[in-house]
Amino acid sequence: MVKNTAEIVHQIMTRYGNDREALVEMLREINREMAYLSRETLALVADTLKLPYSQVYSVASFYSMLDLEPRGQHVIKFCQDAPCHVAGGRAIWETLEHELGVSFGATTPDGAWSLLTTSCIGACAVGPVMMIDDEIYGNLTPERVREILARYADADIGG
Amino acid sequence: MIRSRILISGDPLSLARGAEETRLAIEAELSFLGLDDEVEVGYVGQVDRTDMLPLVMVYPEGVRYGAVKPADGAYIVQEHIYKGRIAEHLLAPPETLSGEVARLPGREGAQYAQKRILLRRVGLIDPLNIEEYIAHDGYFALGKALSEMQPDDVLNAVKESGLQGRGGAGFPTGLKWSFVANQTGEKYVVANADESEPGTFKDAMIMEGDPHALLEGMALTGYAVGAREGWIYIRGEYALAHQRLTHAIRQAEEYGLLGDNIMGSDFSFHIHIHAGAGAYICGEETALLESLEGKRGTPRIRPPYPTTRGFRGRPTVVNNVETLANVPPIMLHGAAWFRTIGTRRSPGTKLYTVMGDVNITGLIEVPMGITLGEVVDIYAGGMKGGRAFKCAQTGGASGSIIPAELLNVPMDFASMADKGASLGSGALLICNEDTDVVDLAYVLVRFFKSESCGKCVPCRVGTAQMLEALDRLRQGYARSADLQRLEQVATYARESSFCGLGQAAPVPILSGLRFFREEFEAKLKDFSL
Repeated sequence: MVKNTAEIVHQIMTRYGNDREALVEMLREINREMAYLSRETLALVADTLKLPYSQVYSVASFYSMLDLEPRGQHVIKFCQDAPCHVAGGRAIWETLEHELGVSFGATTPDGAWSLLTTSCIGACAVGPVMMIDDEIYGNLTPERVREILARYADADIGG
Repeated sequence: MIRSRILISGDPLSLARGAEETRLAIEAELSFLGLDDEVEVGYVGQVDRTDMLPLVMVYPEGVRYGAVKPADGAYIVQEHIYKGRIAEHLLAPPETLSGEVARLPGREGAQYAQKRILLRRVGLIDPLNIEEYIAHDGYFALGKALSEMQPDDVLNAVKESGLQGRGGAGFPTGLKWSFVANQTGEKYVVANADESEPGTFKDAMIMEGDPHALLEGMALTGYAVGAREGWIYIRGEYALAHQRLTHAIRQAEEYGLLGDNIMGSDFSFHIHIHAGAGAYICGEETALLESLEGKRGTPRIRPPYPTTRGFRGRPTVVNNVETLANVPPIMLHGAAWFRTIGTRRSPGTKLYTVMGDVNITGLIEVPMGITLGEVVDIYAGGMKGGRAFKCAQTGGASGSIIPAELLNVPMDFASMADKGASLGSGALLICNEDTDVVDLAYVLVRFFKSESCGKCVPCRVGTAQMLEALDRLRQGYARSADLQRLEQVATYARESSFCGLGQAAPVPILSGLRFFREEFEAKLKDFSL
């Protein structure tokens, strides 16, 4: 397992020529491959680039698309900015918390869902908007949210 | 021979709704009928509506079908292409037109209301096909510059055009370039495509629908200032734009329109893409440069400005995508032409994303100087449900709140500044009479608090304190002393924050208090008339 991590990390980093300027992009790709950036992974990156661990950690913790802890099977990112808020975002926010039984920033105990906020995803003309994994859902209403969540739950059970 | 062309909307929303499957179904049927040599199929970046996606458009007739399910793809081919009759029941109904690229109806007395400069190709050409860009005057401006103009001529044309930076500050573009052009050694051109102001997605529409326009603008900039390398810093969330730009760069290099010795000249220019990873602050140019160098995106002290010490410590032009996309048309038609559009102090057009309580939301391109009232009435189709206009919030989160009194002020950088408001990045969030201004300010400040990079105290601590005070006020626990303190903290943060983020964070509070003080006071616990 440990060897596997090292292989993946080095493969990605080699593609970027182990270039310190590409640190953010490398971390993003490693994050995508590994699901999140563990301390061991970050230490490996730091060693390879001959940078202090603190610097790599500070970069990793700075950007919202980099995860320092594992997320749920599906990640919901809800836009909480003004355009979505004006379009009725609060009701969606409450529906999501109510339906999943967790507040924002948390993962459900069964590990199925992580509920996160995001800043604008550029689909403001159809707000309120949320992203589930890489899919964008717009024109949300509380009913539509329940419908969408149910669809994912069915698909997961159905395999 | 190609006799028909089928274009499918390929924006993220359409793709999310199965545009890819629809395209595959159409292609499969064409191939089944042996028509694949006669009909070309492609994506368009953006279409002028969002309600009927994915949209399938058949040219030359210009028939629009929507929303087209994958299962309907084969039927459209059979009926329209094979049998030559329109599949009536699949037509996109016209009465609910709305969307991301709004049409520009002519306005009485407004000579240039129909003028599309930046969006003229968006939605018309296949963004994945460089030949279509070339067929619509693409790379013509670059060719003209390289064969007929010296770098100084390009620089002077931009200076004379009066083009101002479209990222929000409105700094004269030609002047910025001249700072870099005057220096020797390695220099860089950076396109700021971090567009992260909430409610702003204009640059995404250019990059997704007409990616070569940005590349050509950057190459012209490089030629003018003497740079050989350019970087596009694109926000991490813009996966589709990233993909289209990568493809466009590769195509342009294959055609000798980017890379070494462009069009056989001595000028070489390479463009790289660097994706962000989710940080609003990286739209600030010095934070962007830090991030581009692989570090935390925290702002640098200015001066020295990036024009002196930018990327890798070298002189760097940092321009917004929309600004750069204005450069090719200026080269093509001249500075004098550009000055005939817009206002005397702010020539050209401006892209606005219109959202909120109006009938038509979406992206529009209008001449500078059009008033907010005109945008609401003409382009946005009026207020939704006939409700009254209360205020607009401009320029994403760092814009200001504009009350009804300013509906008739021309929207250009200088006129807005005269009234103590800001045009910002071009987002117009229109709010009706039911909007709670205190609540709106709370949501805006919450955004800044979560995006504060933490480098300086006025912003890091100030945003937290402002948010807490607004929350108390919103919930009815605040007293007049709290409001005084809120105003005081907001003023401090405005005056002493290190960069634009911290200086902008208190603006919703300060402009809210300026225009709607009575609403803030009405929420006080010890409020009395």
